[in-house]
Amino acid sequence: MKEKLCKLIIDVAGDLNENLDPPIRLDGGEDAPLYGPDGRLSSLGLVSLIIAVEQAIEEQFGVAITLADERSFSLSQSPFRNVGALADYANTLLIEHQG
Amino acid sequence: MDSPVTLITGTRKGIGKFLAQHYVERGHFVIGCSRSEADWQLAHYQHYVADVSDESAVKNVFSEIRKKFDRLDHLINNAGVASMNHSLLTPLRSVRQVLETNVVGTFLFCREAAKLMQQRRYGRIVNLVTVATPLKLEGEAIYAASKAAVNTLTQVLARELAEMGITVNALGPTPTDTDLIRAVSRDKLERLIRRQPIQRYASFEDIANVTDFYLDRKSEFITGQTLFLGGIS
Repeated sequence: MKEKLCKLIIDVAGDLNENLDPPIRLDGGEDAPLYGPDGRLSSLGLVSLIIAVEQAIEEQFGVAITLADERSFSLSQSPFRNVGALADYANTLLIEHQG
Repeated sequence: MDSPVTLITGTRKGIGKFLAQHYVERGHFVIGCSRSEADWQLAHYQHYVADVSDESAVKNVFSEIRKKFDRLDHLINNAGVASMNHSLLTPLRSVRQVLETNVVGTFLFCREAAKLMQQRRYGRIVNLVTVATPLKLEGEAIYAASKAAVNTLTQVLARELAEMGITVNALGPTPTDTDLIRAVSRDKLERLIRRQPIQRYASFEDIANVTDFYLDRKSEFITGQTLFLGGIS
């Protein structure tokens, strides 16, 4: 599942890159940094990425999840720091939704 | 599909119903919603039953819009409820209901609409407010306060969404002949209208005139504004 989510996030970020300056460097795969000290995303870019990932998850898995909530912003390690962390967080929310 | 897609809340009757028909006539595909089924139908109009303050119901409406159109050009947040009572006689249940519909509902629709609009970096949001706020009307404490919140929401969202090509404005009608004011005495309404520089009831056409202006593509430099009818400021 994590692999699927990583691919989904990379595909979404690739589409967003057409309008992002500077673009997200996706060559690191799962470790590709998104938002934070190592990432190149602006806060507006992060908003666009979160919305696009939520929509892609809804389309692919039929589940509407909210990635940006109180929990995601209070975790000691931000789930938005890189592709793998975001995939893990999305996976947790999907499992909770199914449970 | 080239027709603009316009979402209007509270379309079962009154101003919302008029605006839905008005924009269908102007070639839009209009999506409307209300807490119960509408007793009218129209080509190029689709109705959803949703309580505007119910997050999952609102998200369902937007999922449907995304699946069917994958775009949203305009949102008019018209749904609203009023509580016309002295504050000492206003039950907490009424307070909560007014805040849920007017503030929470408007926020949810703005948030979900902006998510869709930002994909095309274009959108127009219009929030309905009221002259009860600037006139500080006695007997309408919670209603006026809830719409004051919508005014502020409009101004802050205008800043947050500007970079996404989305404008957010508000329109405050004076008394209009709708169910919302049916419970208000004729005498009170007459006194209220005497406080307006232009002393008459607002018509639905007066309201559509302003929403037309806000929704116009050429209004891209107009955001964060609240326009009151009848000369109220």
